[in-house]
Amino acid sequence: MKDRVHVAGLGVISAIGNSVPETLRSFHTNTSGIAPLTLFDSIHRGILPVGEVKLTNEVLSQNSSSAPSLTRTALLGITASREAVSDAGIDLKKWRTGLISGTTVGGMDKTENFFVDFQKNPKKGRLREVVNHECGSSTERLAEDLDVTGFISTINTACSSSVNAIIFGARLIKKGVLDVVIAGGTDALSKFTLNGFNSLMILDPNPCRPFDANRNGLNLGEGAGFVVLVSEHVKNTDDLYSYCFVNGFGNTNDAFHQTASSPEGRGSFAAMQMALTMSGLTPAEIDYINLHGTGTLNNDLSEGTAVSRLFGNRYPRLSSTKAFTGHTLGASGGMEAVFSILAIDRQCVFPNLRFENSIPELDIQPQRTFEMGLDINHVMSNSFGFGGNCSSILFSKN
Amino acid sequence: MTDLKKQIIEVLNLKHLKPEDIGDDQPLFVEGLGLDSIDALELIVLLQQQYNVKIINPQEGPRIFRSVKSIAEYVQAHQTV
Amino acid sequence: MALYIHGMGNISPQKTWGESALFSPPRDHQGSRLSCIEPDYDLYIDPRQLRRMSRVIKMGVAAGAMALKEAGLNVPSGIITGTGYGCLKDTGIFLGKMIDNKEKALNPTPFIQSTHNTIGSQIALLLQCQGYNQTYTQGAISFESSLLDALLELNDNPHQSILVGGVDEITTTLHTILHRFNIFRKSSASSIALFNTSAAGTLHGEGATYFVLSGEKRKNDRVVLDSVKTFFKPNPKQVTEGIRQFLESVSLKNSEIDLVLLGKCGDQKLDNVSEKVLTTLFPENSIGLFKHLSGEYPTASAFAVWLGARIIQTQQIPDVVLPGNAGRSIANVLIYNSYFGRHHSLILLRAC
Repeated sequence: MKDRVHVAGLGVISAIGNSVPETLRSFHTNTSGIAPLTLFDSIHRGILPVGEVKLTNEVLSQNSSSAPSLTRTALLGITASREAVSDAGIDLKKWRTGLISGTTVGGMDKTENFFVDFQKNPKKGRLREVVNHECGSSTERLAEDLDVTGFISTINTACSSSVNAIIFGARLIKKGVLDVVIAGGTDALSKFTLNGFNSLMILDPNPCRPFDANRNGLNLGEGAGFVVLVSEHVKNTDDLYSYCFVNGFGNTNDAFHQTASSPEGRGSFAAMQMALTMSGLTPAEIDYINLHGTGTLNNDLSEGTAVSRLFGNRYPRLSSTKAFTGHTLGASGGMEAVFSILAIDRQCVFPNLRFENSIPELDIQPQRTFEMGLDINHVMSNSFGFGGNCSSILFSKN
Repeated sequence: MTDLKKQIIEVLNLKHLKPEDIGDDQPLFVEGLGLDSIDALELIVLLQQQYNVKIINPQEGPRIFRSVKSIAEYVQAHQTV
Repeated sequence: MALYIHGMGNISPQKTWGESALFSPPRDHQGSRLSCIEPDYDLYIDPRQLRRMSRVIKMGVAAGAMALKEAGLNVPSGIITGTGYGCLKDTGIFLGKMIDNKEKALNPTPFIQSTHNTIGSQIALLLQCQGYNQTYTQGAISFESSLLDALLELNDNPHQSILVGGVDEITTTLHTILHRFNIFRKSSASSIALFNTSAAGTLHGEGATYFVLSGEKRKNDRVVLDSVKTFFKPNPKQVTEGIRQFLESVSLKNSEIDLVLLGKCGDQKLDNVSEKVLTTLFPENSIGLFKHLSGEYPTASAFAVWLGARIIQTQQIPDVVLPGNAGRSIANVLIYNSYFGRHHSLILLRAC
């Protein structure tokens, strides 16, 4: 009991909602956020569906009283991290507080505009569009917004960035370096990433179908998800509500290929196993897995193989929520941590939309419906990124 | 096919190879040159840029890119002016 | 707990690898861009793997290989990398092509290579290291975050050996853009003479520096990395108080710091802040400088740690770092770095 790291607050913004309550409603009503691209001009508009947050930068900045010149990544992050801190009802100044964020896009949404002019003439292009390019910059804007002056840092391990941020935050609290950590991640849609993933030919021109036999790739999404982690001492002293605690985690490297996962899913298997070992739980005790489940041929087969190897025939309820939100890259771990924690708090599991037939090589049937009134005590969330960065985190009910 | 080999060497940055080092029928992937899935994507771009041949489904890659000869045959069969 | 340095590798604007004696002579650069003196990468990386790697990846992989070799280690338990800039060359290539080609027929390789974690992931792939792997990118707190992570990790598992580093590369595009922010010297005939003239602007540097760190001492280990502290946008009073608390936490008096390696950058206005702090806390101590050797870049503190460690190992302070200080006993080196007033950090090295 003594060393528990508790989750005291949640905040999320994505294609399916601008807050935790809106998000839950979308899950409840099977309302996916995958839709045609509207945020910027592109030859892919009308062809590649995406998971956009349904607010413009102007509205995001108005809602949060932030400067409209901020990058979209920062604006999304400010929205979600503020919700988390407000939800926790905590006085950040009272404690040794840190902020760890995961992001891959950083300020690219503005940089790619700058580059159009800069490329023609190096003296052209408005400098204010690149001043927040660095990934760490968005985190600093969040820190300024929340007035966090303690330790801040940013992680970029591709799609596992924000779960790694939460893991690092938990470790900093466990070791007594910090008392409170706001941890999670944020990523905005950008032309750069849309074209990048398109060049890899792993984007589905239709809404994605994670873990389905006929899956055809992923849909890109955007958003932010943050949690407020607190020590047992802080929780007790301030009498805070605890959604759950961080019971285990694992960070490994697949070391197979730069973009593809190993066929046997060795990195994902090892990450999940590490999380289990740390928690002392057996596979049978896991009640729900929020899969990484991007919808690509490679990830879903590899992750599914790893799940089969670890859980055998008796795998728990599982689903990928990326069929709702799209793949939000660096933000996905943070967002899906929020979803996983909500599963414990509301005793529910979320559906894996558009699933019809199992992947032939596996016999995995994801959750098809939104189901409540369950006994959800232990939830695992997976995030696997390019470069073989595999991470898994386990949340448990108190 | 020498031109095609030169283009392959350039786009895949196989600096240590010359066209004459690559056999017409030599397997390009896994064994042989040991190319991987990213190289296959680069070859798809090469075919599009140089020969105006589009490959929509990357799963066809292993078959089309088996050897320089199979690439040349595919280009000849599918090239649009 | 303290971390023992088992091995180091450093590629920098000075000749900091290979057999040659340190800074004999120091490389003097002209202009505001200090480029690394690079090894023959073919000696460190299989040519078949090299083909896809951009320069920053090669720098990181080679520096990592040097550190592992010095440590006598084939595969580390984990790899933690700090990079402020990330992989900008490939970012620029993909972005440029995307604009020029109007989003058509884009090569995937530069996109894949553009993510910050490519450096650490490539090292893992080449070594088949499936252990802990992390990449931090918070400007001039990137390398410090990596050190803090290693301290936590090795606290739990002291027998492990982790490869920890800081890597940043100047690209022409980056340098051109940053130049427009007027942060570099308008002209510079000699990088070594950076601190001889008080003027506006610093010099742009780059480097790749890796360390093999472990919680277990080996017979030939001479240096421990004791503690790390970072500050975000502090005022001088907060830095002063922070340094006081830092020294208290490691049970050292100000007078016991044998050498302060100061991250002065050569910009008159920016350096005033750190000078004030030093005058208050370390009026009698030896202050050595390093950014006239490394240039200014987000992970320059990694260069400073390498330098501080070499100084402890050899018990010699090179003249170019601090003139006239040969032949003293160096037990404690405090690195105090600051980066454009935004990020400040403290790292303590001790002899063991």
